[in-house]
Amino acid sequence: MSDAAASPVVRLRDVGLVYGKVRAIDAISLDVPAGCVVGLIGPDGVGKSSLLSLMSGARALQEGTVEVLGGSMALAGHRRSVCPRIAYMPQGLGRNLYPTLSVAENLGFFGRLFGQGGAERQRRIVDLTRSTGLAPFLDRPAGKLSGGMKQKLGLCCALIHDPDLLILDEPTTGVDPLSRRQFWELIDRIRADRPGMSVVVATAYMEEAARFDWLVAMDGGRVLATGSPRDLLERTGTATLEAAFVALMPEEKRRGHRAVTIVPRTEDGNDIAIEAKGLTMRFGDFVAVDHVSFRIPRGEIFGFLGSNGCGKTTTMKMLTGLLPPSEGEARLFGEPVDAGNIATRRRVGYMSQAFSLYSELTIRQNLELHARLFQVPEDVLPGRIAAVAERFGLADAMETLPNTLPLGRRQRLSLAVAMVHEPALLILDEPTSGVDPIARDAFWEIMIGLARRDRVTIFISTHFMNEAERCDRISLMHAGRVLVSDTPAALVAKRGAATLEEAFIGYLKEAVAERGDGDAVTVADQRRPVPPPAATPCGNPAERRFFNPRRMLSYTLLEALELRRDPIRATLALIGSLLLMVIMGYGINMDVEDLSFAVLDRDQTTVSRDYTLNLAGSRYFVERAPIIDYEDLDRRMRAGELSLALEIPPGFGRDVARGRRVQIGAWIDGSMPTRAETVNGYVEGMHRQWLASRADTPGLATIETRFRYNPDVESLKAIVPAVIPILLLLIPAMLAALSVVREKELGSIINLYVTPVTKLEFLLGKQLPYIGLAMLNLLLMAALAVTVFGVPLTGNVLALAAGALLYSFSATAMGLLMSSFMRSQIAAVFGTAIATLIPATQYSGMIDPVSSLGGAAALIGEVYPTTHFLTISRGVFSKALGFGDLHAAFAALLIAAPVLIGVSALLLKKQET
Amino acid sequence: MQASNVLNLGIKELRSLARDPMLLALIAYSFTLAIYTAATAIPETLNKAAIAIVDEDRSPLSARIAGAFYPPYFLPPVLITPAEMDARMDAGLDTFALDIPPDFQRDVLAGRQPAIQLNVDATRMTQAFSGSGYIQQIVSGEVGAFVQRYRGEQTLPVDLALRARFNPEMNKGWFGSVIEVINQVTMLSIILTGAALIREREHGTIEHLLVMPVTPAEIVVGKIWSMALVVLAACAFSLVFVVQGLLAVPIGGSVALFLAGAALHLFATTSMGVFLGTVARSMPQFGMLMILVMVPLQMLSGGMTPRESMPALVQDVMLAAPTTHFVALAQAILYRGAGLDVVWPQFLALIGIGVALFSLSLARFRKAISQMS
Repeated sequence: MSDAAASPVVRLRDVGLVYGKVRAIDAISLDVPAGCVVGLIGPDGVGKSSLLSLMSGARALQEGTVEVLGGSMALAGHRRSVCPRIAYMPQGLGRNLYPTLSVAENLGFFGRLFGQGGAERQRRIVDLTRSTGLAPFLDRPAGKLSGGMKQKLGLCCALIHDPDLLILDEPTTGVDPLSRRQFWELIDRIRADRPGMSVVVATAYMEEAARFDWLVAMDGGRVLATGSPRDLLERTGTATLEAAFVALMPEEKRRGHRAVTIVPRTEDGNDIAIEAKGLTMRFGDFVAVDHVSFRIPRGEIFGFLGSNGCGKTTTMKMLTGLLPPSEGEARLFGEPVDAGNIATRRRVGYMSQAFSLYSELTIRQNLELHARLFQVPEDVLPGRIAAVAERFGLADAMETLPNTLPLGRRQRLSLAVAMVHEPALLILDEPTSGVDPIARDAFWEIMIGLARRDRVTIFISTHFMNEAERCDRISLMHAGRVLVSDTPAALVAKRGAATLEEAFIGYLKEAVAERGDGDAVTVADQRRPVPPPAATPCGNPAERRFFNPRRMLSYTLLEALELRRDPIRATLALIGSLLLMVIMGYGINMDVEDLSFAVLDRDQTTVSRDYTLNLAGSRYFVERAPIIDYEDLDRRMRAGELSLALEIPPGFGRDVARGRRVQIGAWIDGSMPTRAETVNGYVEGMHRQWLASRADTPGLATIETRFRYNPDVESLKAIVPAVIPILLLLIPAMLAALSVVREKELGSIINLYVTPVTKLEFLLGKQLPYIGLAMLNLLLMAALAVTVFGVPLTGNVLALAAGALLYSFSATAMGLLMSSFMRSQIAAVFGTAIATLIPATQYSGMIDPVSSLGGAAALIGEVYPTTHFLTISRGVFSKALGFGDLHAAFAALLIAAPVLIGVSALLLKKQET
Repeated sequence: MQASNVLNLGIKELRSLARDPMLLALIAYSFTLAIYTAATAIPETLNKAAIAIVDEDRSPLSARIAGAFYPPYFLPPVLITPAEMDARMDAGLDTFALDIPPDFQRDVLAGRQPAIQLNVDATRMTQAFSGSGYIQQIVSGEVGAFVQRYRGEQTLPVDLALRARFNPEMNKGWFGSVIEVINQVTMLSIILTGAALIREREHGTIEHLLVMPVTPAEIVVGKIWSMALVVLAACAFSLVFVVQGLLAVPIGGSVALFLAGAALHLFATTSMGVFLGTVARSMPQFGMLMILVMVPLQMLSGGMTPRESMPALVQDVMLAAPTTHFVALAQAILYRGAGLDVVWPQFLALIGIGVALFSLSLARFRKAISQMS
């Protein structure tokens, strides 16, 4: 590779990176040679992932310079022009894939992001899936693939645009040995076809690193050494890379490390800790675990091996009582596992595969919480926590948050938490996945100590063969069944293999052939991929650099597919808005009727009774039992029993007859002003009416009131056209906001960072499906309004539709605006609710006209999109208006949508910071 | 159920919340600025109503009528021609248009009972209904006064002394601010508990809890007390410093009694949040459900429009909603100064609803556990 070294593919100069107070990368300068496979090796948290994300452009540069493919990654222009030549596969199984989309749909999504046309995309998908063995599973959702297949799919997605630089961050972590081997064979084949391609890989597996052309050994954010594997071995005088790496480490870090020695298990206990009999788990017609049986004596380390998705985790969950088995029985310490049995739970420590501690709590808080929940007595607690922290090397980080720790230390924390109550049984689901060799050895030291010294039974699953070799016994599992169970040495001997890995792969291949499923690749289809014409790297990057409809539609299609795969969400959106329309249409009523009133009649004459009857006879008032005295009046008004209380003074009838000045007292319950105002109006009106009837003189002038647009003054007809704009805002805004924040929380937002898609394309693409949904919603609501509510649609229907379309752009953009600076979904739900619910229902003129509002609300009301669409909706429904009459509202909406989308695009980040 | 577990689980919730600055900022906003804006926004029923007058009479009487409309009830009337009237109303510029016919004054004095036409934009809900009453009153008052001075006629000397109790000026801000506090309390408590549950599920932490020696009831109660406490504290702060302090709304009754009612309300709404959190499979679904629940709770509880005016069916159904009782007791305690002797039915209702929702959500949570892991 000497020729390639002349022009490095990546050139780093004094690169540094800081997360809060933690320095991840410390002044690294490095030239990465082109055209070969370069491996980054080193413990967790030494900055490997950070370095790769800087190279890919996913993370914003803080210090130094990063030049990739001949230009600085600090320049947005260069990033934009080289990103079609770079492919980045982030750490984590299928992290940048969309679990509900099928294999073909995921590939199509990435193809479109790189601007590929239909035919080209199809050809590439066929090529890639054929060469990776994914072809038979084109229609399977990515979330349902095994870990190995997920990584192959991730690789296919990365390769779909023929990159010149392929960046893989721990692509085989958490993948079984067979899939791992196939993965590297695949990379070799692809490189044979595209010899110019450079590959940069971070890995935790030293046996993989031995195959690479050039290695970068890292520690503590710095580079320890570079060179070919052979160089490193020669330089350190060691036999294996693992040993070489340890030798390269600084003295103080090496000190604690020594090779793990396994103390053989002495006793043969009849003391059974775990017993499973015919344990079976079915999900629908899928059998995840198929009649699994085993007996594990106390103090044994029992290893559980198998490809991803073979049922290991499910078996463990049944043992802990998290999942009740469909069939069979599990016993811990002779007691049947029962989800409700608190006493058994106290004796078990469980560590799940994914990190599942509270990332919002510090390490000390996490340990304390778990210790307390396990009823560790308060007086022992501080000592216990200190001891555990010491044992797991966490003492110096007690006050930090777990997310700031490297994966390996996080796993140690998980183990510490699982053990803080000193359980007699540990169930550990891939506890060392993603943990570097040195930390893994330390981990095993602890476990062997526990098993041998404290007679703790350990049930562990792993993908590392050297770990499997340390177990007392292991079981190989495939497709829900246990293939074989014995001591590691006996398995190797039985199979006649050289290593445990060979033996394992042999068993797996046999099982795959027997079952005839292609879960772990069938060999028949591994033809050479047809090399695609390499001269055209995905469309023409110069063309349509800033806005490419195809890239936008890629996100549209993604969102539409996700919506379709989650029918509950779409149904809730559609049925929900109809339901709310019915509730609000019938529920909100401005005509106040049947108000309760009572009279304190101190006169008791026909005249006073006539006055009372005048009120009681109207449809607005209902008379209650007469008031006895002031105290009664006070009590009943305080209780809210009366909306109105009248006091007719003594001698009222006599005074009226004599024309003497007399006063009737009226008290209105003012605690609800709207109602009080109405009552006020009614009483005044009826008082005048009564006077007129007594005076026996005709009125001077009449006032003919014409209620326009809604002649019968029905609340329903005024409310329904106002409810539509509100519902067209609330639901699309919420859906759009979550669609973006969800990607942030679950990690697939990385696709925005490292592909050529622009922020505007991303946002518009996300909006479109929800705008479509909103238009469908409008259609349904308008139909409901006309048919069920009988609200006539008098104006131009096209104007309503056009207004709704513009308005939906604004509504979804409001959600996008919230999502552009929110990180968690809770905050997005809450923020969107605050930003929409109150302004739409109270400041947009549904009940009180905007012109009558005051303060900040008046300002909000003036610019809020709902105000303007409300004008359009009412205009078209009730006032028989068309485009011409409503031009002002249309103009406002035409301004609002681009402004909202523009601001969202400005606030959204195209790189992680 | 062990008290120490409930305590520890609740403390964990509080610590989690304290780590989300965005959420804290939103909570702070919703109990201060949002309340203030809403309270100062809500006008009295008739505030700055837009009125136009077509004066075809141009007499002293018609001028007198036009001069009778002034702020704050009305915007200064705009004098327009008959031809402009329709266009202006279509465009929503005027809520009312008063058409005084030619020879109006002459006909009035001649006792011919001429008619004034009042056009009302009936799509403008509140203003339309109460405003037309006001206008009739003003017009007939002006006509009456004009004629009385002209002829010296007497009307019956019966006065109506109208007084509004508990809120003499019928200031809507008084009421609006408290309703807003209630809305925020309801919304926040549902979101905090429900979304926190979904977050635990999406991040796998709930699974971790379930293998520990804690019961589902302890998990649920831990979430309920902690989130209810946060919201209750925010509510108390808002009531004392924003409503009483900044907005200077006089509170008639006992704030402590109101907060006791709020605590019961929170018991019900946080339970509802847990329930929604178990029903929804993902955060987007939860978002949808939240809107579906929040909108009726907010609009039909009697806080926005009087309960009396709702159809009987809606009134009955809304009796099952905690907000209905909370709004009722808030009005009674804060404005009418009612004590426990008056509001005990609402307290009882809230306890009943709370217990029902809590049992339901606990049952649902127990059932959903197997699907969560």
